[in-house]
Amino acid sequence: MAKKETKTKAPADKKKNAFGIFLEELTRGSLLIPVLAIVSGLLLGGLIVAVTTESVYTAWSRSPLEAIGTGIDAALRSYRALFNGSIGNPERIVDALASGEAAAIRRAFNPFLESLTKSVPYIFAGLAVALGFRAGLFNIGAEGQLFIGAITSVYVGFAFTGLPAIIHVPLALGAGALGGALWGFIPGLLKAKTGGHEVINTIMMNYIAFRLSEYLLRGPLQRPDTTNPISPFIEASAQLPRFFDSPIRFHLGFFIALAAAYGVYWLLFKTRLGFELRTVGANPNAARYAGMNIVLVTVLAMSLSGALAGLAGANEVLGVNYTLAPAFSSGYGFDSIALALIGKSHPVGVVLAALLFGTLRNGALQMQIAANVPVDIISVMQALILAFIAAPAIIRTIYRLRTPEHQDDELHVRGWGG
Amino acid sequence: MSNQAATLQSAAEYGTPTRRRVMGLVFLALAGAIWFLFANTTQAGVATTFTLNPGGSQANFPNLVFDTLPLLHALAFACALIGAFQLVRGFGKRTNAVLGLVAALFIFAFLSWVASGASLNLAGLLRATLIRAVPITLGALSGILCERAGVVNIAIEGMMLTGAMVAAIFGSLYGLWVGLLAGVLAGGLLAAVHAVLSIKYKTDQIVSGTVINIFSIGITSFISAKFLARYRFLNNPGIFPDIQIPGLVDIPFIGPIVFSHNIFFFGLIIFLTLLHFGLFFTRWGLRHRAVGEHPKAADTLGINVFKTRYTAVILGGMMAGFGGAYFTLGSVGRFDEVMTAGRGFIGLAAMIFGNWNPFGAFGAGLLFGFADMLAARLAILGVRVPSEFLLMAPYIATMIVLAGVVGRGQMPAADGQPYEKEGH
Repeated sequence: MAKKETKTKAPADKKKNAFGIFLEELTRGSLLIPVLAIVSGLLLGGLIVAVTTESVYTAWSRSPLEAIGTGIDAALRSYRALFNGSIGNPERIVDALASGEAAAIRRAFNPFLESLTKSVPYIFAGLAVALGFRAGLFNIGAEGQLFIGAITSVYVGFAFTGLPAIIHVPLALGAGALGGALWGFIPGLLKAKTGGHEVINTIMMNYIAFRLSEYLLRGPLQRPDTTNPISPFIEASAQLPRFFDSPIRFHLGFFIALAAAYGVYWLLFKTRLGFELRTVGANPNAARYAGMNIVLVTVLAMSLSGALAGLAGANEVLGVNYTLAPAFSSGYGFDSIALALIGKSHPVGVVLAALLFGTLRNGALQMQIAANVPVDIISVMQALILAFIAAPAIIRTIYRLRTPEHQDDELHVRGWGG
Repeated sequence: MSNQAATLQSAAEYGTPTRRRVMGLVFLALAGAIWFLFANTTQAGVATTFTLNPGGSQANFPNLVFDTLPLLHALAFACALIGAFQLVRGFGKRTNAVLGLVAALFIFAFLSWVASGASLNLAGLLRATLIRAVPITLGALSGILCERAGVVNIAIEGMMLTGAMVAAIFGSLYGLWVGLLAGVLAGGLLAAVHAVLSIKYKTDQIVSGTVINIFSIGITSFISAKFLARYRFLNNPGIFPDIQIPGLVDIPFIGPIVFSHNIFFFGLIIFLTLLHFGLFFTRWGLRHRAVGEHPKAADTLGINVFKTRYTAVILGGMMAGFGGAYFTLGSVGRFDEVMTAGRGFIGLAAMIFGNWNPFGAFGAGLLFGFADMLAARLAILGVRVPSEFLLMAPYIATMIVLAGVVGRGQMPAADGQPYEKEGH
């Protein structure tokens, strides 16, 4: 039925590519809101940096004006460090290009490429949450699914030896996807069959995953020659290929992530399953009356979401770290909720938001070194951005924007009572 | 009305033959587990000693000494007997109580096996369980306060973490009581943000909770790395001393276990009782619950839904702040990054496990606290069981309860739904 419809509509639909749909959805709301939310979050982050700088307090004892100046100075220094650390220091790039030395050029361009590398897990995890949102499911368990995906892929990475890379890499990635899918499948099944709310179940699954990984890294998966909870290194054949020499860690995972984004777009907007998925998310009752299998769609959506999150973990392990340690994730799974909301649960939006978050995360390291601002300020900024995105009324009030007459609900998540 | 339906439904559930058989098989499986896992790996002639004296107590009890193997066999037999009876006749309405009994027997068997050939301080275990239950139950009470009024609060963890840090800083600067107050207020402040986002701006409550969790982890780690690591005097509050309740503390065995704790434990008991009576026996509680079950009806009757929800969420946040202060002022005596380590989420689990009832949550808190304590002890005893699996138990148990395997929880009907006043 749905297939027939898409066939008759095919010529008109063909013109609408991924960006077209994204833009259409964006302009239905307001492009201003996400932009202003991001800007406001970054500004408030700078304010926190300024307020927590010690020299501001010593300046305060002399004169308030000087304190304000010192604060602005501190914030600007942090932004500059953030920029240099994430995009690259323009002077250094010019110098390196002028010198023509390969190593110097690599070092100068490394920050930008490292930002892309850092955004890979964000893209996957953001897609995972976005896919769930589209089906009306709040997958807050991306973090746990990411851990399980990392565990399964690192296991395949080091336990299977003697495979050619062309087989080993997909096998390890597939294992990661499968592990994450299992961790999404369980709450999906519980939701569909018993009505147990997926938010609670995925939170519980997160902690089960954390404890499981602690156990495995101190037991069966521990590297033989150490007492630290760390896994053995994966085989060279399981490593995702890198495109440049050290120190650039930019790897194939970035393009796999983009492909996954296209895949999610195609699934959501060009297939029957995607249509059913969005219908179940927008109006489960309508979906039921239309004869859609809600149980199947819910379980599939959660499994796919878990698989994407699992790939996020797999990419970190196979592309960046080559091993698994407990602290390998800096909360990608939780930040991804923000990503999906900023990106309006659309693959293109998610990719753009992920690039932003990856850039921030990467620049934060430089900020810590150069400006003595702990990296955790990034989490604060992300929380603020998320708050502004989730409550656009705040942004409208601050910047005196007009409230649109017709508002789409961005989220269709029901409380656990429903 | 819905409660009545629920009892009817659950009575029907107990009666179904499948459920009876499943439960019977579960009991038999536990008996088998005691037999094969524990008894089979115990040598004959080894004894287990349970010490009944908490450290520093004046009353002396003789130690309980059991021959491990016969004890294990007896426990396995008891479980098997109960299981057989359940299969043939069934315990009817008492099934859940019997399940609790069998679980207790199983835990006892487990402890005897763990301590075979050694001694285990039973009094110490019980006391440690009570202490570990404190933050978990306080988190659960925070959740109950919010959710009974219809606002989902998954930010308990974040409120606790911030409460812990603020309490540590103010406690170091101005003394323990100021620290405690500051921690409570910090929790309340974050809760106010949650309330404004989810009640005024009608943000999805889970998103709002996530905002607070991410923010809390970020800001506490930021301040910890920026200031606390360098200026030790900001992070050295000390801890509240234990209070001995005069008279009661002299009760043999129970006295030192229950009546000698710091203010967090006694605070918990007071809040627990207050909340229970407040929710179920006062007009305030009736209104509070009405707003959580059917806000529109409550509004029609003249109850201010928004005000009730704001109060509930802010009180809940203060409770979480109190729970957070426990970590720094009641336990460790300093703030460490991410020190709550998921206790807030276990509190959330305890709330669900305890069916949104204060005393139910306390029961769940004790159970989860026991698992928490046991995991720590096992690591010390060097037992072959990986403690991580014990730490998973609360989460798995909650998922099972939520799935309706062991009775179904009754969550407030309007939990998580923003209220929109009509006519404007």
